[in-house]
Amino acid sequence: MIVEGLAVGTDEFAARTGWECKPQGLCKGDMCVPLPDGAQVDGVLSLDVVAERLRMPLVHDEEHHLWALGPESGGHALTTAVVPDITLPDRSGNPFSLSSLRGQKVLLVAWASW
Amino acid sequence: MSLPGWQALRAELFPRIEVVTVALDVDPTFAHPFIDAAAPEHPSLVDSSHLLDEVLGFWNVPMAVWIDEDGVLVRPPEGAVVEESALRTMDTSGFPDGIREMMDEVKKIPGDPVAYRAAIVDWANNGSASRYALTPDEVIARSQPRPMDHARAAACFELGQELWHRGLPDAAVPWWREAHRLHNENWTYKRQAWTFVTSQPGQPPDLMQPPNDVYEGSWYADVVRLGGGEKYVNAPEL
Repeated sequence: MIVEGLAVGTDEFAARTGWECKPQGLCKGDMCVPLPDGAQVDGVLSLDVVAERLRMPLVHDEEHHLWALGPESGGHALTTAVVPDITLPDRSGNPFSLSSLRGQKVLLVAWASW
Repeated sequence: MSLPGWQALRAELFPRIEVVTVALDVDPTFAHPFIDAAAPEHPSLVDSSHLLDEVLGFWNVPMAVWIDEDGVLVRPPEGAVVEESALRTMDTSGFPDGIREMMDEVKKIPGDPVAYRAAIVDWANNGSASRYALTPDEVIARSQPRPMDHARAAACFELGQELWHRGLPDAAVPWWREAHRLHNENWTYKRQAWTFVTSQPGQPPDLMQPPNDVYEGSWYADVVRLGGGEKYVNAPEL
């Protein structure tokens, strides 16, 4: 997740990471992680605090004023078997959401030109 | 590229299964000629941000996941081939030394296309009753471990991508080098970065990815250093 500052809206954070802000803290599936006071104010999260709580690395490029928040660490690449709603462009640039295929088995294959 | 193989499988199994192919290419124009040549009827997408690497844990290609009707994974990212590559049976005895040694490593890459294809067909026919369909706990347990170094590598790689997309390819290099250092077994990070210095614009990518002046390593040297072709991808445990 790329950001240009350490204040991030809860909706944006949830859309990118799957962690939703609830009264008990940040939650993904059945798991909730409490947040310290002040980590979330009026729908805005302090990304450095959240990163530490969720064991996500936060990398900073000072010259270009960018931060990258990495995925949760310490477990497996998959923390849930539920596939998030991934939307990617097709060959023509039109967005395609995997969720449009609900109700059907899907074989999702990654390849590359290289 | 294996797009025709996936297309043939889709022709056999649709609508019991839909195939979605995703090119992990920071520069979509590298992937477009292959898609155009294959003219797939299934959704053929381009992931220029390597989102699937981060969200699902892809670390090489070709890899695949199986997703059931409810949007739940029933198999984690794993090496995925459904047709035998001619490279595996090619007689390389007359090849120059460097090429032959590389091809010998290619032949060691694990994968049983006949068994994997049969497993997919079994899943198409039997759904959750298929012995190849795993439980959510099994899927998670079989996915790759993600220690802090690997998570940090993902962040570094993403930062490099962002800079590349902003028209700052030189600024991307140190972040991609750091991603390679932190998660050296991740072939998507390395091969994606290498291709920008080992391939010429407008030309087919140089799949040999020889040593270069920008990044450490090369395809052959890294395959050997990391344990040989046998370790190049995680073959499905069927």
